[in-house]
Amino acid sequence: MEIIRRGAEAIIYRGEWRGRKVVIKKRVSKKYRIKEIDEIIREQRTKREAMLMMAARVAGVGVPIIYDLRIKEKEIVMQYLDGERIKDVIDKRGDDWKKRVCREIGKAIANMHKNNIIHGDITTSNMVWMNNKLYFIDFGLGMKSGEDEDRGVDLHLLMEAFKAAHEDGRLFKWVIESYKENFDGATNVIKKVEEIAKRGRYMRRVS
Amino acid sequence: MICLGIEGTAHTIGIGIVVKENGKCRVLANVSRMYKPEKGGIHPREAANHHVKQFPYILKESIEKSGVAIEEIDVIAFSIGPGLGPCLRTAATAARSLALLLKKPIVGVNHCIAHLEIGRALTKCSDPVLLYVSGGNTQVIAFMAGRYRVFGETLDIGIGNCLDKFGREAGMPFPAGPIIEKKAKEGKKYIPLPYSVKGMDVAFSGILTAAIHMLKKENIEDICYSLQETCFSMLTEITERAMAHTEKEEVLLGGGVACNKRLQEMVRIMAEERGAKFFCPPNEFLVDNGAMIAWTGLLMYESGMEMMMEETKVRQNFRTDEVEVKWR
Repeated sequence: MEIIRRGAEAIIYRGEWRGRKVVIKKRVSKKYRIKEIDEIIREQRTKREAMLMMAARVAGVGVPIIYDLRIKEKEIVMQYLDGERIKDVIDKRGDDWKKRVCREIGKAIANMHKNNIIHGDITTSNMVWMNNKLYFIDFGLGMKSGEDEDRGVDLHLLMEAFKAAHEDGRLFKWVIESYKENFDGATNVIKKVEEIAKRGRYMRRVS
Repeated sequence: MICLGIEGTAHTIGIGIVVKENGKCRVLANVSRMYKPEKGGIHPREAANHHVKQFPYILKESIEKSGVAIEEIDVIAFSIGPGLGPCLRTAATAARSLALLLKKPIVGVNHCIAHLEIGRALTKCSDPVLLYVSGGNTQVIAFMAGRYRVFGETLDIGIGNCLDKFGREAGMPFPAGPIIEKKAKEGKKYIPLPYSVKGMDVAFSGILTAAIHMLKKENIEDICYSLQETCFSMLTEITERAMAHTEKEEVLLGGGVACNKRLQEMVRIMAEERGAKFFCPPNEFLVDNGAMIAWTGLLMYESGMEMMMEETKVRQNFRTDEVEVKWR
């Protein structure tokens, strides 16, 4: 088994499911908390993540297909996306492509926010481009919410991610342009983003 | 260099005298008195009155203990915020009077940052994520890009406040934390309580309400046990998230609630599991104390952050990330 990532609460590894290449996300047990709490929250979060992925799909957003949900093991078995991370490719392509992808990103976030889905960790590392289509991965910090504050935090995180990882200032502008066109409540959310930025929190690691 | 620091943000009035020797912090004196309300929570004005009465005694005591003459003190520091207005103003007035009388420079110190700096000074950590847990404050703080930033915090009440309010409903005196800790040790059954983590933030008011409701149905030991396990699991989890996010490999505890042995144990296990190091100063420096104000004030003064008298106005809502950290 090849481990792809070791997060604060889950391990992501590659595997096989009925002959298919898959990714398995397993929420790991923590020794610091008692078994009763550990079981409850790992189970709740595994279910919540699967529900959010489903809701995003219904909202027209590309997400990996869920093949299996192993509640007892706290595992989600999902499609392995054999594509490229947006983070790795967006700076390398031509302007037309860049603009198109950024507009896709804006539209997808608009669709999620319209449907009260908060991704919780929107960065270009969590977006994949495969077969000419945009996919979002890792809904582990996501939640259901219709609050502009939560939408604002979501968008602010993306802004910070763009600032930290991509020099081209036009990229985020294109994202926002498309976000506004596709979501009527966008203006209020963008106002929130400014307010959140002033608080100086949610800063991404500078490296 | 010798600095005298005055702490007075909430229930405690404290004076610490520290000296910097070979770049290291040595505490010469650390004296404090705590205001304990006879009934209910802290009344800000009553607490301030308590501080006024106690100040002359702890000043005398701290100077005697330190073994330095009052004229040898180089800088006066005080807690400028965040905290309860009347308490802050009392400490600030005392600091201004001393500075003017002794003709010494004055610096106002952010209370939350002082908790972190004294931990760094007295343990062997250098760049930790701090879990700061007290009555009014609950924050996860780390240094990044020139400032101490808050990566996670409570969205409603502080953890200490949650424990005290529960204790009051259960008929315990203030502060309830140590009594809850003792009772929790005898608890065996876990009663499910709402677990409220949102990203890197936590909320306690829902748990508090649920725990109070349990008082009629369940025995007190089990409720205390469940309350502690739930709240501390949440705090440990957001601390781990902040460590993963900032990629820091040290964790430090601060604040009065950090005296709780079960919380210490949980954070230590979390650190061990991820191959990180755990640090915790002695209780005397976990709770509000003058030494932490003195030490941070000394660092600030050395980096040229001396204040004009007009700048020493207290700041009740002083945020951790507003301070430009020139000493690091």
